[in-house]
Amino acid sequence: MTAATDKEAPKLPETDFTETPWLDPQAAPFIQIKSLSKEFDDFTAVDSISLDIYQGELFTILGGSGCGKSTLLRMLAGFENPSAGQIIIDGVDISDLPAYDRPVNMMFQSYAVFPHMTVAQNIAYGLKKDRLPNAEINSRVQEMLELVQLQDLAARKPKQLSGGQCQRVALARALIKRPKVLLLDEPLAALDKKLREQTQFELINLQHKLGTTFIVVTHDQEEAMTLSSRVAVMDAGRFVQIGTPLEVYEFPLNRFVADFFGTINLFDATVTSSVQVDSCTHTIEAALDKTGTLVKADCSHQLNQGDIISIGVRPEKLSISQKKPRGKNLTITNGIVEDLAYYGNRSIYRVRSHSGRMIQVSAQNFQRTKELVLEWDDQVYLSWDSSCSVVLPE
Amino acid sequence: MSSHRGPSTFILSVLCFGFAFLYVPILVMMAYSFNDSALATVWGGFSTRWYSALLNNEQIINAALLSLKIAAVSATFATILGTLAGLALTRMRRFRGRFLFTGLIAAPLVMPEVITGLSLLLLFVSLQQLIGWPVSRGATTITIAHITFAMAYIAVIVQARLASMDESLEEAAMDLGGRPMQVTFDITLPLIAPSMISGWLLAFTLSLDDLVIASFTSGAGASTLPMVIFSKIKLGVTPDINALATIIIGTLSLGILIASWIILRSQRKTSAQRQSG
Ligand SMILES: Nc1ncnc2c1ncn2[C@@H]1O[C@H](COP(=O)(O)OP(=O)(O)OP(=O)(O)O)[C@@H](O)[C@H]1O
Ligand SMILES: [Mg+2]
Repeated sequence: MTAATDKEAPKLPETDFTETPWLDPQAAPFIQIKSLSKEFDDFTAVDSISLDIYQGELFTILGGSGCGKSTLLRMLAGFENPSAGQIIIDGVDISDLPAYDRPVNMMFQSYAVFPHMTVAQNIAYGLKKDRLPNAEINSRVQEMLELVQLQDLAARKPKQLSGGQCQRVALARALIKRPKVLLLDEPLAALDKKLREQTQFELINLQHKLGTTFIVVTHDQEEAMTLSSRVAVMDAGRFVQIGTPLEVYEFPLNRFVADFFGTINLFDATVTSSVQVDSCTHTIEAALDKTGTLVKADCSHQLNQGDIISIGVRPEKLSISQKKPRGKNLTITNGIVEDLAYYGNRSIYRVRSHSGRMIQVSAQNFQRTKELVLEWDDQVYLSWDSSCSVVLPE
Repeated sequence: MSSHRGPSTFILSVLCFGFAFLYVPILVMMAYSFNDSALATVWGGFSTRWYSALLNNEQIINAALLSLKIAAVSATFATILGTLAGLALTRMRRFRGRFLFTGLIAAPLVMPEVITGLSLLLLFVSLQQLIGWPVSRGATTITIAHITFAMAYIAVIVQARLASMDESLEEAAMDLGGRPMQVTFDITLPLIAPSMISGWLLAFTLSLDDLVIASFTSGAGASTLPMVIFSKIKLGVTPDINALATIIIGTLSLGILIASWIILRSQRKTSAQRQSG
């Protein structure tokens, strides 16, 4: 697919959109989901979700198993009737339209490639149902085959394809009707790791080139990070946080998001002091429960002495050393290396602090050494800057 | 000890005895169909005269033709109705009492034929009294009866196939603009066609074979092949019956072979599909 993305495909719509339309109050949302709910008997799978998505976004919905991602996507596609709420795409309320009349197409998790049709027939199916003239169908199928690099396999049956090839057939088939929105349910879950990474970038390139709005459902945090313009973290039928991957990773709103989106060390703490530095920064000091170690953190809002909070630090934000570090805004603790995993470019240490809890540290291996810099059972100091502490509500 | 060297002599002899019990009577009967002697139990040399006698026996030929006709017609209707029932039960939105209907459709499979036959007879008789149709019982009533019980088999076969089929295939077709009817014809039917064909063959075989239900629902004029054979047996076994039975067994075996071959092939297809998908 990489070669195909270099060539400019003709006749595909060019869209211009700002990189961050969600920050622009003037920008009109392309997809509006308004308090959408889905109840199965007495179980609420999707719980009053509202969401605006802008033209050309690659929006990811991330969540654990059973949190309602697929149900939400299936309501957008028209396979489930919402119990309440509205879906508006490009100004048109599609809530009551049947699946075959909606300007959206879907790529299924199982790919759902029709086993009794050839690759070309699979891709042509959507246009055939639109009763387009044969000449146009043929040229557009050809165009699609080139786009996903399946020209040579057009006459094959799905049985004779690999998993990655099936995935591309499913993608081409869903794109050929030039939908306003493409829905992708776990598009890469069935591929092996190498192929998945490669396909991620192909997907991004393709999306950039076509300008189609993509909504991707995934349970893979890394996939959500690499793919998305914005990501919504979902739990129990609700969105817990919506933002760019960077926002969600560095500024999680609560413990669930912090823990689900990446790895984080979480400490329970009690606020001991809170000082306003400027209009939107407060430097707080909090005592960790059990040990009383003082932690410094930057926080965007005022906290009161005695507030119970959680302090989170990402493993890569921690420094690990055998010498005691010095610094004004550092939080310092010490412990013993209990576990060590060497990955070549970096190492992951699990350090048992003197309070008895495990702290995970990820450190780049800057130096080229013959032996590990740190060994099991080494006494180490851990430190981090106050700006790296994430203050989360209990 | 001997288990290392394959099955023991005991197991082997039990196996042989079992198979002998099943197949020796049939083989003996087939052998006697080539017996020149008119006495069914005395070997008089090889001959095919009972086969030619059979071809000249108008009663049997007519009965055979009637049976084939009933089998073909009832299998066809049963396949259509059974497929519709199977589709409705697996693909309709969950409706109230779906579980009950699923059970009801399978019940005729275990219903004693005598009861099925009797109840259908009562139905036909009361229909005749109420609306004057069917005027008399015969080929039509037998066909209807065969449709009702073969339909249950086909519904179950089709249902099993549909349940193992990825539902998102149909959703994908609908997503791409296929109306429900188009989706059924473009996607569902081609994919369940092997099951429908093997279901048709099964229905055909069941109808050819049926004696009990046909006897209940038949009238004076119409006698199917099993009915004719059964009535002849009552007068004593003649070698032409052996010849007839041999032909029937040959035909049925062929039918069953084709049906299972089709089922096997479609199963291989689906499993290959799964692996690649
Ligand atoms: N047809 C249905 N009837 C009843 N409950 C359902 C139905 N479909 C889904 N659910 C329930 O709704 C919840 C959400 O399902 P959904 O398929 O949306 O999960 P998901 O987030 O896609 O999970 P996964 O990552 O495992 O695919 C699940 O608890 C599921 O059991
Ligand atoms: Mg899902």
